[in-house]
Amino acid sequence: MAILLNRSTRVIVQGFTGKIGSFHAEDMKRYGTKLVGGVTPGKGGQKHLGLPVFNTVKGAVRETRAEASIVFVPPPFAADSIMEAADAGIKLCVCITDGIPSQDMMQVKRYMLRYRYEDRMRLIGPNCAGVITPGQALMGIMPGSIYLPGRVGIVGRSGTLGYEAASQMKSLGIGVSTSVGIGGDPINGSSFKDMLKLFEQDDDTDAVVMIGEIGGPQEAEAAIWARDNMRKPLIAYIAGLSAPKGRRMGHAGAIISAFGESAQEKVEILKDAGVIIVPTPSSFGEVVAETLAGMKKAA
Amino acid sequence: MDIHEYQAKELLSRHGVHVPRGGLAYSPEQATYRAREIGGSKWVLKAQVHSGARGKAGGIKLCANDEEISNAAEAMLGRKLVTQQTGPRGKLISRLYLEEAVDIAQELYVGFVLDRKEERVMIVASAAGGMEIEDIVEKAPNSILRTSVDPGVGMQRFQAREIAFGLGLDHNLIGKATETIFSCYQVFRDYDASMLEINPLVVTRDGNLIALDAKMSFDENALFRRPEISELRDKSQEDPRETFASDRGLSYVGLDGNIGCIINGAGLAMATMDMIKIAGGEPANFLDIGGGASPERVAKSFRAVLGDKNVETILVNIFAGINRCDWVAEGVIKAIREVGVNVPLVVRLSGTMAEEGRRILADSGEAVIVADTLAEAAEKAVAAWRAATKKKAA
Repeated sequence: MAILLNRSTRVIVQGFTGKIGSFHAEDMKRYGTKLVGGVTPGKGGQKHLGLPVFNTVKGAVRETRAEASIVFVPPPFAADSIMEAADAGIKLCVCITDGIPSQDMMQVKRYMLRYRYEDRMRLIGPNCAGVITPGQALMGIMPGSIYLPGRVGIVGRSGTLGYEAASQMKSLGIGVSTSVGIGGDPINGSSFKDMLKLFEQDDDTDAVVMIGEIGGPQEAEAAIWARDNMRKPLIAYIAGLSAPKGRRMGHAGAIISAFGESAQEKVEILKDAGVIIVPTPSSFGEVVAETLAGMKKAA
Repeated sequence: MDIHEYQAKELLSRHGVHVPRGGLAYSPEQATYRAREIGGSKWVLKAQVHSGARGKAGGIKLCANDEEISNAAEAMLGRKLVTQQTGPRGKLISRLYLEEAVDIAQELYVGFVLDRKEERVMIVASAAGGMEIEDIVEKAPNSILRTSVDPGVGMQRFQAREIAFGLGLDHNLIGKATETIFSCYQVFRDYDASMLEINPLVVTRDGNLIALDAKMSFDENALFRRPEISELRDKSQEDPRETFASDRGLSYVGLDGNIGCIINGAGLAMATMDMIKIAGGEPANFLDIGGGASPERVAKSFRAVLGDKNVETILVNIFAGINRCDWVAEGVIKAIREVGVNVPLVVRLSGTMAEEGRRILADSGEAVIVADTLAEAAEKAVAAWRAATKKKAA
């Protein structure tokens, strides 16, 4: 079923009636996502886009049996919304919001530990493009048309660079099983490693593309996990060759502040772990095609 | 967001951390007046710029009388201080801080950072203070103590006490050190800091514990709930190109190359800059116009990029998801006609409404070099830049 999301996943929208929430809810519905309702405190009982609105996530879960939630709530209130989803029994939460304070995210991560591992919500983001299982469902803000359904998984921090990779693959006829944006914040819900684990177990995924960038330890951690545990090929690109040390490049998390966090250093760590490197951001398509061709030959 | 040393000390002092007596000065006269106010017979005059390593760059002077203070102040004010951390452009000195000189017995290091691996606030301490933390890591790695705070319950006193004992302090200083570390954590937490460094934290000959220097940065995402911190912003310490852009809601970082960049999305922006470098050019900036960019916003981006006099070519690369390429194209035309773009311009449009966007560019009759792919865009931009600089030289 690809990972995280398919056509039967029941999805609600938090921040449903706002301008941004409405816009993307319509887009997701059009793509085929099984949208079952939304939450806006104070607007419970109304209908919006032909779907029921609830005051609380618990109320929405009770009435709609929603399993997944996408959050479009403004930054001051987003952490609260994520915790509300976790407490209501939501299994998958995708938070699109950009600009959540780091200390709020620390609290979110700590809060989620109160649930047993089996019951714990999986959080994707914040500050991300979301999740798409092409041909089935979209929980995010990416343009659905650039993804061909297929058997390569994509996980990246950046939204638009993920589009670039998917469209290069599409132009060579290569499709995507699921594409996940884990977001550009220093503290995020799911790491590269978390997503590699899911892709490795997924019968519908043959290879994985990881799109990293400067800052933080997650790419290196994922590469080392992959070296020891992953049988599917891992293909990676790290953005930020020309980024100076100590400067934030747009994403709150894209800053080189320690050894091993520059693009050059990360590429070396990845190479050492046996990861296939995409040398330039214009060669995603070629490198994936070559890797798949090599797999066919070997089989 | 960074703040000045004197601002950090004021904040810490209000929460019980001991700092030397000191005062702010904008002129040599004011500096000498501060010396009388503070009292004593030796003072340290410190340039207030957003950078460490000021001492080696001439930004810190020990003075013993009015004349020395006045001369040192005269020499510093209005000058740009170039340190190992500022880059060659340096940072303007417009404020000075005069402090009583302190008789130092021992220098310690105490730092608070956001640890991304643990996803917690991490406290780092060392008895080998006075040098940069990078040097401590290299020269005295065994002196480093670390502990992280559980965000559920906050820092506990035993954690501060463990560090105090770990630093090998005298028994009569343990209480003071515990309180200092604990107060620092509270300031860090209560004001949404992202970094707090006291280097050095000194033990004085008369047995006090004093923060001799203090450096703080704050989480920009949290400034909405910390108005008292937002007020401490000093634009004179920022790259004017970046101030211009950030005042207009654009995410911009100035660099030293010649090819100006206008891109949507931080990752794609970094990747496009990488591609320029691979093609043999150097990017002049990082600029993310974000989602839902209107023609006005695109035109503003051109103003920001062209504000850098080193820009000799512009590359626009848009992969539209929630953006619309037709709006971007309209913005490009608007910029050419209203802002005036007298350098070669390469535009690549992809994604939502890309066809329409390309048609708008083609129909405009303006001199826009169009590219279909990321690689082509970077190559065309570098080629156009080379041709333009050749023409200029000839």
